[in-house]
Amino acid sequence: MSSINYAEKIPNNVNLSEDRKLQRALESWQPHYIDWWKEMGPEGTSTSEIYLRTAISAEPDGWAQFGHVKMEDYRWGIFLAPPEKDRKVNFGAHKGEAAWQEVPGEYRSMLRRLITVQGDTEPASVEQQRLLGKCCPSLYDLRNLFQVNVEEGRHLWAMVYLLHAHFGKDGREEAEEMLARRSGDADKPRILGAFNEKTADWLAFFMFTFITDRDGKYQLCALAESGFDPLSRSCRFMLTEEAHHMFVGESGVGRIIERACQVMKENRTDDVRKFGVIDLPTIQRYLNFHYSVTSDLYGAEVSTNAATSYNMGIKGRYEETKIGDDHQLENTTYSVLHPVNGGFQAIEVPALNALNERLRLDWAEDVAKGVERWNKIIAKHGIDFKLTLPHLAFNRAIGHFSDIAVDPSGKVISTEEFARRRDEWLPSESDLAYVLSLMGSAVTKPGQFANWIAPPARGINNQAVDFDYVRFA
Amino acid sequence: MINFQTSPESYRHWKLSFDGPVATLTMDVDPASTLAPGYELKMNSYDLGVDIELYDAVQRLRFEHPEVRAVVMASANPKIFCAGANIKMLGVSSHGHKVNFCKFTNETRNSIEDATDNSRQTYLCAVTGTAAGGGYELALATDYIMMVDDGNTAVSLPEVPLLAVLPGTGGLTRVVDKRRVRRDLADIFCSIEEGVKGKRAVEWRLVDEVVPSSAFKAALAKKAAELAAKSDRPTSEKGVVLSQVSRVIGTDSVTYPHIDITFDRSTRAANITLKGPKAACPADLAGIKAQGVDFYPLALARELDDAILHLRANETTVATWVFRAEGDSDLVMGYDAALQKFGASDWLVREVLLYWKRTLKRLDVTSRTLFALVEPGSCFAGFVAEILFAVDRSFMLDGTFEDSTLPPAAIRLSGLNFDGLPMGNGISRLATRFLGEPDSVGKARDAIGQDLDAGECAKLGLVTGTPDDIDWEDEIRLMIEERASFSPDSLTGMEANLRFAGPETMETKIFGRLTAWQNWIFQRPNAVGDGGALKLYGTGKRAAYNQERV
Repeated sequence: MSSINYAEKIPNNVNLSEDRKLQRALESWQPHYIDWWKEMGPEGTSTSEIYLRTAISAEPDGWAQFGHVKMEDYRWGIFLAPPEKDRKVNFGAHKGEAAWQEVPGEYRSMLRRLITVQGDTEPASVEQQRLLGKCCPSLYDLRNLFQVNVEEGRHLWAMVYLLHAHFGKDGREEAEEMLARRSGDADKPRILGAFNEKTADWLAFFMFTFITDRDGKYQLCALAESGFDPLSRSCRFMLTEEAHHMFVGESGVGRIIERACQVMKENRTDDVRKFGVIDLPTIQRYLNFHYSVTSDLYGAEVSTNAATSYNMGIKGRYEETKIGDDHQLENTTYSVLHPVNGGFQAIEVPALNALNERLRLDWAEDVAKGVERWNKIIAKHGIDFKLTLPHLAFNRAIGHFSDIAVDPSGKVISTEEFARRRDEWLPSESDLAYVLSLMGSAVTKPGQFANWIAPPARGINNQAVDFDYVRFA
Repeated sequence: MINFQTSPESYRHWKLSFDGPVATLTMDVDPASTLAPGYELKMNSYDLGVDIELYDAVQRLRFEHPEVRAVVMASANPKIFCAGANIKMLGVSSHGHKVNFCKFTNETRNSIEDATDNSRQTYLCAVTGTAAGGGYELALATDYIMMVDDGNTAVSLPEVPLLAVLPGTGGLTRVVDKRRVRRDLADIFCSIEEGVKGKRAVEWRLVDEVVPSSAFKAALAKKAAELAAKSDRPTSEKGVVLSQVSRVIGTDSVTYPHIDITFDRSTRAANITLKGPKAACPADLAGIKAQGVDFYPLALARELDDAILHLRANETTVATWVFRAEGDSDLVMGYDAALQKFGASDWLVREVLLYWKRTLKRLDVTSRTLFALVEPGSCFAGFVAEILFAVDRSFMLDGTFEDSTLPPAAIRLSGLNFDGLPMGNGISRLATRFLGEPDSVGKARDAIGQDLDAGECAKLGLVTGTPDDIDWEDEIRLMIEERASFSPDSLTGMEANLRFAGPETMETKIFGRLTAWQNWIFQRPNAVGDGGALKLYGTGKRAAYNQERV
């Protein structure tokens, strides 16, 4: 069997060529990964050359190398952010101890679980998006989709590296299982609910990258604080890439809004569907859906697991070290909204148990800022319409709001009323069908854009908007 | 007061549904319906209240549904099958409540196994969503565990790593003894918080089969039908509805139709008098079935069962239970003969016998001193006489009381004292009693059906002592007073050890070894101290263990 030339095949800064154990593990996993990519990666792209960003080192000049590359030749690398000298565990019971370079025995399963759940989301979103290339609104967007996809692939590599390097046989098994699960599959679903939803159209894709990848950002930020140093360094490097995903989402939705506003103004009508663009109320319903489904990813508002993983020093808060408290939270409380007698009440709970909720609120604030930027686009056109985020209790399947029905404004209603009025608030069958109907054949001429989306203000890496971001063979 | 009586219309946590020979018992715990304040039953976790309903359902399935040949245990919660005993509940419960709760859950699990093995009503378990701790123990009590292979669903016994206690409902014992999991793999399994899923769970024999989600429903139905087909339960008989057991609870008494209980608070004794039947046993099966729930042995078993549970839970300072039986031995023997005659061939009579067996076992593992007094006018005969061999000491009046016209007391043995009502150790109480003198079992067997007076009983070793009327009252009084002066804890330990001579079985291991260790661990600071794991569970804080191995 010819062995893989790692220096060339897998760009890395983890000293792979010196590590026989890790080589063996990755050697047996890599072909399976390639098989998975061929089967579940973007459909019908094997011969195209795509203008992709590749990381070849973790240095500022090395993590963004641009060039046209075939997707299967893409070099998924393993990069950790540079080590921080004398790094400490910065929170929880171990605060002040040296950060761990190896997994502490007692935290092994907790860490493995966290890494597996994080890792599982990466291939899941690639699977969810695999058909979007067939109806891309432009080469620019197609390239962004592929960029997001290869980076989700690289993030899977990053998590698999941790599993292989630190979790022995169990870790190798988990890595295999990540390639065996399939988004939306009845028998082998992805671990988290939101990653089994369909991403059938580009509006859903942009919403997903704007909202759900932002959850990814906050989870990565919390894990970047980890006392387990390899996890922290992995996540820090992943965060540099995640920013682009959210940019794709925010600007994508922004351009759809822009186009809707243009058509509304030109034709002095709210009824823009007859002009083949997506109307603002439909965008609002998509927003409601993605926001509520992603809210669930944070877990229960009051959670034992959250308390345990913080106290163990495994998963911190967003920007942990910038928070001015004791970083142990043993005797502090945090106010958490609870459903109480048909309304809501803020109840003080031990701060340790409220960490999921804190992270959720950090994320929600960030999402709200993006929504405000979208509203500026609408306002600029002088249109009287505002996109809003639904109440946190709206349409929830996890946590203590999952038992009650709430309208987007936060009014508690009966489940019957919710069922009756669902289509006012969430994308209806006909909304989805309409948006899907706009997703015609792919727009593949450089500089051309589908009718329902405005062009971007600028291209990628200082290239022109009409640059040939994808070259078809 | 904890009430052990319930019925399906008032269930809060379980749903029963029927499809011909297959019943489904679905766990859908209402978080707010707790037995005590201070916790919520989230994630299909349970407290004693949930288990009281489960016990009721298991009983009703046996008696009210002769047509049911297989019972599927399922969960209505798609994410979790059952999370086991509620940890917060354990944290706020007294030690005594925890012990009682564990004992009852164990008895309920055993009754599920008894239904499979002897009522031919086979339990199987549909594990969809994680079965953790007591949740897996529930599955272990069934005959066949089918688990969904969805990459997420696992079985686990996370008590040691998570809570510093043991799975207290037979989990450890059943893993190695019933499912024969290799001990080193079991050791690993019991140390993994998240448990074992998929193929490995089958390889390790933790479950019988894993099935993908899409094929699960069909596979389950097929398996249930297959198990149902093996049963000998009748298809077109009517069940016996278990109507409410009537009882009147007074300050110092509890009265049932066939059992009178009075409390002597000064000596902390309960006088429990079983009353014999008022009429002769129906001549045939049809007559027995017409009586249904009023058929004397069934009525008495139900009352005794409830009495034991009530006294255990609600009369915790009563140290000594003193049993008497009042009535006509001839009538009792008539019922005894019917139990023997139809027990092997008829589902209902078999069920009644099995119920007696289980109720007597409940007595065997009750942590109270058990005495029995055989006085003139008593009816310790056949299956009722079995009480005499369950108690710690028995006394029989030699002769008569001075101002009484009643003839001297006599005991009558029947085949049931030798076969059909085994203890948890798998052999009869008499065989256990005469472990060191096997000949005595034969001699007793030869005396089946005879009226045995005090002298003969003493000779045969069937009773502890035979005082005459001059000594009787003092002997009994001194014995009860002495008992009340001892430490309740040491008595519990002493009695539990002396009652179970003879072979070890899974049951004796559960009530002996597992329970004893569990109850010890439940007292230890590593579990229940302020820095103990059970106390800190859910706060995210780490337990600080005292590292001395004891």
